[in-house]
Amino acid sequence: MPAVSKGDGMRGLAVFISDIRNCKSKEAEIKRINKELANIRSKFKGDKALDGYSKKKYVCKLLFIFLLGHDIDFGHMEAVNLLSSNKYTEKQIGYLFISVLVNSNSELIRLINNAIKNDLSSRNPTFMCLALHCIANVGSREMAEAFAGEIPRILVAGDTMDSVKQSAALCLLRLYRTSPDLVLMGEWTSRVVHLLNDQHMGVVTAAISLITCLSQKNPEEFKTCVSLAVSRLSRIVSSASTDLQDYTYYFVPAPWLSCKLLRLLQCYPPPEDGAVKGRLVECLETILNKAQEPPKSKKVQHSNAKNAILFEAIALIIHYDSEPNLLVRACNQLGQFLQHRETNLRYLALESMCTLASSEFSHEAVKTHIETVINALKTERDVSVRQRAADLLYAMCDRSNAKQIVAEMLSYLETADYSIREEMVLKVAILAEKYAVDYSWYVDTILNLIRIAGDYVSEEVWYRVIQIVINRDDVQGYAAKTVFEALQAPACHENMVKVGGYILGEFGNLIAGDPRSSPLVQFNLLHSKFHLCSVPTRALLLSAYIKFINLFPETKPTIQEVLRCDSQIRNSDVELQQRAVEYLKLSSIASTDVLATVLEEMPPFPERESSILAKLKKKKGPGAVSGNELEEGKREGGELNGAGERPGDSSAIGASNAVRLHIPTHSLNYDIIYPPPPLFQSTPSPSADLLGLRSAAPVSAAPPSAGSLLVDVFSEAGPAAPAAGANDDGFLRFVCKNNGVLFENQLLQIGVKSEYRQNLGRMYLFYGNKTSVQFVNFTTTLKPVDPLVEGGAQVQQVINIECLTVFSDAPLLNIKFRYGGALQNLTLKLPVAINKFFQPTEMSSHDFFQRWKQLSQPQQEAQKIFKANHAMDTEVLKAKLLGLGTALLEKVDPNPDNFVCAGVIQTKAQQVGCLLRLEPNAQAQVHTHFPVRALGLESRPLGVSSVTTLSLCVSVVHHSFICNKCL
Amino acid sequence: MKNGVCSRQGKLRLQKWYTATAERDKKKMVRELMQVVLARKPKMCSFLEWRDLKIVYKRYASLYFCCAVEEQDNELITLEVIHRFVELLDKYFGSVCELDIIFNFEKAYFILDEFLMGGEIQDTSKKGVLKAIEQADLLQEEDESPRSVLEEMGLA
Repeated sequence: MPAVSKGDGMRGLAVFISDIRNCKSKEAEIKRINKELANIRSKFKGDKALDGYSKKKYVCKLLFIFLLGHDIDFGHMEAVNLLSSNKYTEKQIGYLFISVLVNSNSELIRLINNAIKNDLSSRNPTFMCLALHCIANVGSREMAEAFAGEIPRILVAGDTMDSVKQSAALCLLRLYRTSPDLVLMGEWTSRVVHLLNDQHMGVVTAAISLITCLSQKNPEEFKTCVSLAVSRLSRIVSSASTDLQDYTYYFVPAPWLSCKLLRLLQCYPPPEDGAVKGRLVECLETILNKAQEPPKSKKVQHSNAKNAILFEAIALIIHYDSEPNLLVRACNQLGQFLQHRETNLRYLALESMCTLASSEFSHEAVKTHIETVINALKTERDVSVRQRAADLLYAMCDRSNAKQIVAEMLSYLETADYSIREEMVLKVAILAEKYAVDYSWYVDTILNLIRIAGDYVSEEVWYRVIQIVINRDDVQGYAAKTVFEALQAPACHENMVKVGGYILGEFGNLIAGDPRSSPLVQFNLLHSKFHLCSVPTRALLLSAYIKFINLFPETKPTIQEVLRCDSQIRNSDVELQQRAVEYLKLSSIASTDVLATVLEEMPPFPERESSILAKLKKKKGPGAVSGNELEEGKREGGELNGAGERPGDSSAIGASNAVRLHIPTHSLNYDIIYPPPPLFQSTPSPSADLLGLRSAAPVSAAPPSAGSLLVDVFSEAGPAAPAAGANDDGFLRFVCKNNGVLFENQLLQIGVKSEYRQNLGRMYLFYGNKTSVQFVNFTTTLKPVDPLVEGGAQVQQVINIECLTVFSDAPLLNIKFRYGGALQNLTLKLPVAINKFFQPTEMSSHDFFQRWKQLSQPQQEAQKIFKANHAMDTEVLKAKLLGLGTALLEKVDPNPDNFVCAGVIQTKAQQVGCLLRLEPNAQAQVHTHFPVRALGLESRPLGVSSVTTLSLCVSVVHHSFICNKCL
Repeated sequence: MKNGVCSRQGKLRLQKWYTATAERDKKKMVRELMQVVLARKPKMCSFLEWRDLKIVYKRYASLYFCCAVEEQDNELITLEVIHRFVELLDKYFGSVCELDIIFNFEKAYFILDEFLMGGEIQDTSKKGVLKAIEQADLLQEEDESPRSVLEEMGLA
């Protein structure tokens, strides 16, 4: 092969690059770049028309400058001119510049599209490939609109060159990913599938990526690909490697294609056709057999390529989860890798075994490797490998090995990398709960967790231990004794004080008989920690004290004295002061009977999903923890919460009484929450809330990433982040979810998290300064905030929301600030819609239709027919309807395609029952009916009652609060 | 979907994004990723979890080659994607070194484009990929042979 001239003769460019490399300082470099930019600008602006070569050279220099990290604001036009050059290299540089530097909303896009159109129809394969690359690189919606129709034609046309087919397939894939609605495969489907049979391996390799993506979205239409893929795979796997010439990679035949074929098959269940299935099983066996053969080369590339196929085959075996023989063989193979000298293989084996552990066929086989995995956790030098080992231990844990695994994880926690501690803590807490046979072990484990890694024990974890202790009377005495002992330590973690305060407040009487833990000793022990604790913990302790007064009347004078002292009763913190004043008053005026009623032992918590499991799911994303894990655990581990043993306690009592101390005197007109409830739950699961505050709250339809989005709105801005500047869009996104990014432009990002219960809501607004310059005079119409927002900083605002009556217009939020002297003024809709105040209501089919008929007057019904904006995926629609806040009633409508929902809108003035029915018409992609029927809605004017509490009562009525933008 | 990024001891030499990403985020991600990868010690494994992606990286002399791939992508084959790309560079430049990539960055981009498109492999055959590039070089020679000779002399 001729060594073609590597520099393409652009000497000026080479000189410029050398100059830059010779610059001694950043300043010198900037100076040199500015000089060059001035030169190029004058050349572009000059009277003399530049020839193609010079244009190419300057455009290339600009590209280089851009890639160094400097902004380029000119030269685009010259690059576009290069596109229409007949010289390949000029065209190529033009396209490169466009691909790297032109963003999708550039006004040049029309010109660029024109040039692309010309090249696509040029029938010159190299030009066509350049054009296709450019489309794939930019991949914008405009490009999809212009070319999505043309590219499938090029892809399947008989006279298209192989290289163009390859580019066309991947170009189409890119457009399908950005704008699936514009890429209509209909008539091409079968011809695209048959590309799997193409003679040219490169074409198959490119086409299979497209087919896999299309199959994931439309499995039914593409299912013929299964048998084609199996026969292609079988030909490769059983081939002598020489057959494939250049597609053999380090003695492995077509590794990329093999992996992709195996990946494609993972979009489908096992083949139904016996012959196809037989052939596939044979392939998988061959792949497993080959892993045992001696390597054909010592090169790492050989083993990587071979093992890449092996891991993909194992992934398919796990996906099918139906061939016990293959599953066990896979497990044995992975077991060998666990001790391999290649770190990469150990890592992948641990990862892959995690999924094997959840299959009933291979769970036991995985468990045999426990010692190796524990050893990996202790000895691996790479934290990411240790992390995998911890994951695997978690996955392989069951009743038989729980104690060993929990003990190992606890001891690992003492030295664990900080980055994984919180997750480890959650995992230990979950395993301890799931497999607890005796509860003293559970309590010991959790208290150990707090001792070892107190900082990483989140609220969910210590809430959970309290929940369980309250629900299990057989462990209460032990728990009281153990926390009492734990609190003896001179320095104990604040979380320990919280658990201790709560448990002694409830069950201190169970150990009070022992003089070493008499009531006064208990009180003095708790109070010795008081001054070192934060406000929420002190608040909790104060509540524990009042409980002590009820449990042990003899402590009353001591405790009253504590409450009476200035540091309590005049505390600058309003919550503490209030508790001190009220508890003091309560203890002095209430009779013993009243006191005993008010301060009665907490009723058991209603049974629901473990809050920590929900938290782990949130951390790991969906799929990481199987949804029925806890149920499984309970099946095996016995009723942990004991709810089943106390049938007499209705969950309604649990939900309301469990969290509150009811103050019977009229002068005290609010409830004290004890212990402090989680301020905010962002998990997608409503039942995650330990304290039952939102026991009936709607399932949020927020994407699973929303949870983490909230923790750090800036780094995690996922696909949910709305387009810049379109608040209407941003607003609509919030109809069915509560958390996300409300608004974003160059300067500012506003994140929102919110929660609603009945007619009340609380919203957190996060204003993030995206620039490096501070904002001054920052004000919002809601309530005062710090007027200075530093570059990169975030300020937070909390508002309370009360829905006074039915409304339709969202309240507006006005934000003003100065950025570099310029006044910025923004008005946004706050994402509060009437549906936030929905309370879901379950009802039978009979009830539903009876009520539906009753609501037949015209002013009680609103109906709207609209075109679906997205594909009408049943699951997505369900999620959205749930996100709306109503209950989705299954098996109520005789037509299974329809969705019916019911809910009650809670406002301060009234409660309005709403029934809703969605009748999708899939053929026309139209939701034919969206009738909403509601009772007694009426109009009221808008009023904002105070600065901090935003109360809503806007006008109107049976107005469709949901529209085609949302569905 | 992959973001092939290639960097050297803290200097970014080549980057390619296959998902639409704002410039500002790109810079932030590159900075973050470089920190993570450069801190890795030699014997550590070539994969790590980062944000919701998996990073696959490998060091060749002074250069680190990194790919960010999605959860379900195959790590080992990605590692070989990197290797094949390096082989392509090597074949084209004739024992490639960092300077080749600096001075002929546009060629490096062309090779990458011929090899990967939209984050997926276009062709795994070395010949297939290089044929396209070399064809282009020949076309260029024809286009510019008089000037090339002059420039070549200027260089000498």
